[in-house]
Amino acid sequence: MRTNIPVVKAILQANEAVASENRTAFDAAGLLAVNLMSSPGAGKTSLILATVERLPDTLKVGVIEGDIASTLDAERIAARNIPVVQINTGGACHLDAPMIRSALPHLPLTALDLLFIENVGNLVCPAEFDLGAHLNIVIASVPEGHDKPYKYPGMFQKADGVVLNKADLLEILDFDLEAFRHGLRILRPDAPLFILSCRTGDGLETWIDWLMGQYRLRRERHGR
Amino acid sequence: MHELAITQGILSVVLEAAEAARARRVLTIDLTVGALTGYAEDPIRFYFDLLSRGTPAEGAILRIRREPGQGHCQTCGATFPVEPPLSPACPFCGSVEIRIHGGTHCLVERIEVEDEDEHPGGEGHPSGQ
Repeated sequence: MRTNIPVVKAILQANEAVASENRTAFDAAGLLAVNLMSSPGAGKTSLILATVERLPDTLKVGVIEGDIASTLDAERIAARNIPVVQINTGGACHLDAPMIRSALPHLPLTALDLLFIENVGNLVCPAEFDLGAHLNIVIASVPEGHDKPYKYPGMFQKADGVVLNKADLLEILDFDLEAFRHGLRILRPDAPLFILSCRTGDGLETWIDWLMGQYRLRRERHGR
Repeated sequence: MHELAITQGILSVVLEAAEAARARRVLTIDLTVGALTGYAEDPIRFYFDLLSRGTPAEGAILRIRREPGQGHCQTCGATFPVEPPLSPACPFCGSVEIRIHGGTHCLVERIEVEDEDEHPGGEGHPSGQ
């Protein structure tokens, strides 16, 4: 006998359940968790390093590094004495919530104020896999071209903030900044855009002020 | 390659629902896949064929409904479906004052199954066979 069964379940419901556990763990530790997503080579590791360099010393930062195979990025972070956990996804093109959960026991969570999660470089899957982070930040970079929001709208819809890195190349390359801005505006008019260069340091202050503001908001919300 | 993980998700939701219904075999699966996610239909079918082998969902027919994004023009009030790559302006009046929502759902909507017990009331399945 044939039977029709209505299911109506999110395909990634199992991931979402773990993501919400992660969020609870971050809240209990009183830290701000920031998920960084971009194409490969847009500057996720560089942004973490440039940001940490400019944050007040009193702020304790940890990093979860997602990579398909190598440990190069984690080594760059560890060289600065920042607590870092490497996740090798073994071929998967994104991090998922269970991977983050398994990394958490390896970090001094309660001692941390800020946790950066560097996702695998990819503009498709990371948008669909909630990790439990408080902020999803998309990093685009000038050499990629201004059409990214139009081609990968799902990623930019998830962005709580967008960083446009390698802005020192704006005068050299044919990057249409207005078209990029417009693409972001039609998808997420509320998401701030930070135009900066990790190489020269230009524009980093505005990003860091905003990030610190988000951190303070989170602390207030959790009564600390 | 992006579709492998969501196809694993599809299969696990489907198998769970089939087991709860004590189904012997899954015949059809209705899916919604948001067009703005960047997930494509063909790789989902490809991975599904591979992953479902040896499970009750092997050979099931996938019916995939693509959910477009919703465009809304703040100038002329029109709403229109959108797919990537997005157009920067309203297709009706040309205004650039548009907003895009939705198009990101990935859901298993329903499944059609063949029941485990073809003869209601029949008892004593042969065990260990």
